[in-house]
Amino acid sequence: MSLSYLTPEFKVLRDYDKCINCKVCMRQCSFEVHSYDEDLDKMVSNDMNCVNCQRCVLLCPTQALTIIKHPQTFKEHANWTYDAIRDIYRQAETGGVLLSSMGNDRPYPVYWDKMVINASQVTNPSIDPLREPMELRVYLGRKPDRIEIDENLNVKTKMPPQLKLETPIMFSAMSYGSISYNAHAALARAAEELGILYNTGEGGLHKDFRKYGKNTIVQVASGRFGVDREYLNTAAAIEIKIGQGAKPGIGGHLPGEKVSEDISATRMIPSGSDAISPAPHHDIYSIEDLAQLIYSLKEATDYQKPVGVKIAAVNNVAAIASGIARAGADYIAIDGFRGGTGAAPKRIRDNVGIPIEFAIAAVDARLRSEGIRHTVSLVAAGSIRNSADIVKAIALGADAVYIATAALIALGCHMCQKCHTGKCNWGIATQDPNLVKRLNPEIGYKRLVNLVQAWSHEIKEMLGGMGINDIESLKGNRLMLRGIGMTQKELDILGILAAGE
Amino acid sequence: MKKVYVKEEVCVGCRLCEVYCITSHSKYKDVLKAYKLEPQRPTPRIVIEENRPVSFSLQCRHCDDAPCVKSCITGAMRKDPLTGVVTCDTDKCVGCWTCVLVCEFGAIIRDVNNKVASKCDLCAEAGEPACVKNCPNEALVYSEGGISV
Repeated sequence: MSLSYLTPEFKVLRDYDKCINCKVCMRQCSFEVHSYDEDLDKMVSNDMNCVNCQRCVLLCPTQALTIIKHPQTFKEHANWTYDAIRDIYRQAETGGVLLSSMGNDRPYPVYWDKMVINASQVTNPSIDPLREPMELRVYLGRKPDRIEIDENLNVKTKMPPQLKLETPIMFSAMSYGSISYNAHAALARAAEELGILYNTGEGGLHKDFRKYGKNTIVQVASGRFGVDREYLNTAAAIEIKIGQGAKPGIGGHLPGEKVSEDISATRMIPSGSDAISPAPHHDIYSIEDLAQLIYSLKEATDYQKPVGVKIAAVNNVAAIASGIARAGADYIAIDGFRGGTGAAPKRIRDNVGIPIEFAIAAVDARLRSEGIRHTVSLVAAGSIRNSADIVKAIALGADAVYIATAALIALGCHMCQKCHTGKCNWGIATQDPNLVKRLNPEIGYKRLVNLVQAWSHEIKEMLGGMGINDIESLKGNRLMLRGIGMTQKELDILGILAAGE
Repeated sequence: MKKVYVKEEVCVGCRLCEVYCITSHSKYKDVLKAYKLEPQRPTPRIVIEENRPVSFSLQCRHCDDAPCVKSCITGAMRKDPLTGVVTCDTDKCVGCWTCVLVCEFGAIIRDVNNKVASKCDLCAEAGEPACVKNCPNEALVYSEGGISV
């Protein structure tokens, strides 16, 4: 084999004064970085394999390990960066498309961080959420044009099916296949406890999780994996997946090696066969085609369940969303270009799509101007990192948000971006039974519940500060936001004023 | 009585239970010192069974009618009538290892260095077994009456 030009990305520093040769690091590393050398009577490391997932660092009983960015550099060059050169080495070696995982990691501006939130001072009172009631409950789904009430003030209007969320946060679509059984178990249980919903992704619904049906959104994607009447009727809502923020316009491919007996049964495909999700739905080439699928699904579920459509945020997102609303969708989930993935071509992940901040603002504005905003709910997705991002998303016009990367981080993900290798040391993005065991759903679900509860507390604090006692009053309330360091055009698209205005 | 139970389905096979068992039975009660300073590192009191992906640590079940106690030729192995904990008095143990032979679980380990039987004492001095306290995935549970699977 000829010389590889790639050098290690990370360096394992082992403090030999602290290393006790217990081999815990060796047993925990699926990338085979650590090994015990009998002749040296020492643990040794192969830096080349290290992905900086930090499993060994955290399990080492004596804190003997530190992983650092490898100090080896190229001659500095502002254009030919470290990544640019290494990507070429890698492709020259393999001849393949570069694969990556999780969301876009390029240094594009994060518009959440260029928006600040308002608070009440003197002229309007702020509210203390610890002393006064504060409402975070939201309902997703089509709202009627008008509400009629009878003489006893009972609502006469028949409400279309609604999804009730105790807090405006849902766990975004991650398929069984891309993440493990235990990760799904943790998400499903947490959703039930929190009174929110999780999303099966496009890989079908494992029979063990059917009991969480009322907290489940099931996806119907271009591969139609695991879709049957029972699947649709078990769920609280159905979501047609058109696209994903990490890879707009691109299909999916779960290699046959990952299609185990269990996954094959869940996806309803032969075990060992490649699970291919085509880039488009082969029966959807227009809004009219989409409407047909939406109404087929509604028909199959007796018009009892909301049917949503998930799209990636792309150039004409506002016009597309308007079409989706008119096609009969009950909610539209929009996934920004920083949304995560279990595997995507790196160039697509890093270069295709637009930021969710602009997409949600543009869609909300468009639907309002067309007078159809009430006919559809909006869910913002694609890198919601904390409760402030949620408040900003809702102020820009979202009804709720989807979180996925944040949920996985709560479960132990260290953002090493190696999901596509299937060797996740934290038991999340893997099907290896040795690794799946590492994610204890008992611990995992509690961590997810903690995260969402913590964020909900923070959202209440921020709402209280603005003098608002109901999250619905923040929806599309762009006066609560101000922009910092943005161009006038950017402010205009977001529909917000500059700080000081 | 409270015993240590294993949730095999979430045991990650890291063997930290073994590391902390050794530490708990060392003079120093500190991982680094137990491994670096003890002239003779204590024998672990637990057995780790492994046939990946299956793995779990096995420790004395503190049987009601413990065969090891019955078979002990010196009276070193005794069951505390109050707590129910089976312990080996290493001052009396002569290392005949009859207990190793009769233990139905294979939970008694030969401490060859000291020629005595080595077995789980539930970390009697510390209150909570060190393996349970330090299991990173809560695969070990110290509970009364077992665990529901």
